[in-house]
Amino acid sequence: MSKIAVTSEGPGLKDMVDPRFGRAAGFVVVDTTTKEHTYVDNGTSQALAHGAGIQAARLMADAGVEVVLTGYVGPKAFEALKAVGIKTVQNMDKISVGQAVEKYIAGQYDYAQTPNRQHH
Amino acid sequence: MIISVASGKGGTGKTTVSASLAAVWKRPVTGVDLDVEEPNLHIFLKPDIVHEEKVYLEVPRVDESRCTLCGKCSDLCQFKAINVMGSAILTFPEMCHGCGGCLAVCPEDAVSWGTRQLGTMSRGKSGPIDFLMGSLRVGEAMSPPLMRQVKDRLKCDLARTGSDAIIDAPPGVSCPAVNAVMDSDFILLVTEPTPFGFHDFQLALEAFAPLNIPAGALINRSGIGDDSVQRFCQEQGIPVLAWIPFDTDIASAYSRGKVIADLSLEFRQKFSQLAASIIEQIGENEACPK
Repeated sequence: MSKIAVTSEGPGLKDMVDPRFGRAAGFVVVDTTTKEHTYVDNGTSQALAHGAGIQAARLMADAGVEVVLTGYVGPKAFEALKAVGIKTVQNMDKISVGQAVEKYIAGQYDYAQTPNRQHH
Repeated sequence: MIISVASGKGGTGKTTVSASLAAVWKRPVTGVDLDVEEPNLHIFLKPDIVHEEKVYLEVPRVDESRCTLCGKCSDLCQFKAINVMGSAILTFPEMCHGCGGCLAVCPEDAVSWGTRQLGTMSRGKSGPIDFLMGSLRVGEAMSPPLMRQVKDRLKCDLARTGSDAIIDAPPGVSCPAVNAVMDSDFILLVTEPTPFGFHDFQLALEAFAPLNIPAGALINRSGIGDDSVQRFCQEQGIPVLAWIPFDTDIASAYSRGKVIADLSLEFRQKFSQLAASIIEQIGENEACPK
């Protein structure tokens, strides 16, 4: 079994993938074996002036997530996720959370080797 | 005494005025460039730089063999510069503001000081004028820590030489601008009679008001725009200490890196008068403390 998190605009599988990682509204955490899902709110990261990506990576590590599906990840968040051994799949936006999970289960993904967003 | 030249709006003539004030100042004076993100006072004062040093900020360095991942540092840090994540501890030195909190709370003595270069500090001499400048490293986001170290150096120099200082402050009204003017005896706000100039002049007054430092205005490029800045100053009791005309000769001299006070006797007198008015304003304030 593996535990994956999808950046999400809302709490359920029908919500759209939030393209942002650090400033995502929240994360739908899915157990790929049982298909059970829970929601982790990311409200506190959104209030930060800087370091939202690092904060979000901490949330992922605390939730025991192994893979993150999202739109794009900034350099600091990428480094933080990599340091704790969490793999990332980028460019999973513009579809629903449920569709992203299915794509992942079907093997239609590549793990990101580099962040696809730079400092802003 | 320390005089800061600030503005709110950028490009109103802070450096032009700072350089000219320093050039006519009667007592020994240090020209200080605290616009560390883009220092340019040296272009006008043309000092011989005699000393240049790198300036650092102390940032945390973790001894992982001692760290128990208790998370106290991580919970304390408001800037995510030190993070316990799962079974790892991760530092982001570029996020650190150098407060030292992580060192203080670590129960295992696992955190010590490392460094991050903020920029450089240069000192020199332009004729009789002492010169001091901070330059932020390209890519560095925080200027106040560098500015504080330049100001520490300035205080030490002033205590030794007994000279006055004219600070060329950064534009804006956020931390760097407040940091530049906060230790001065007088703030000269350079503005222009345009809607932008007026708007940002009001912002600057508002931002600096809590510092309770006497302030005066200089209206640059006078002759354009309207009289709203001047009327506002009258209503609020802010002394307007000088007017500099909107003039092709000034613009042309500026573009060639010349000091305006050196252009003609008329301009020299104008700035000498400005210097005298500033000293008078500081004197009045000392006679009647708030």
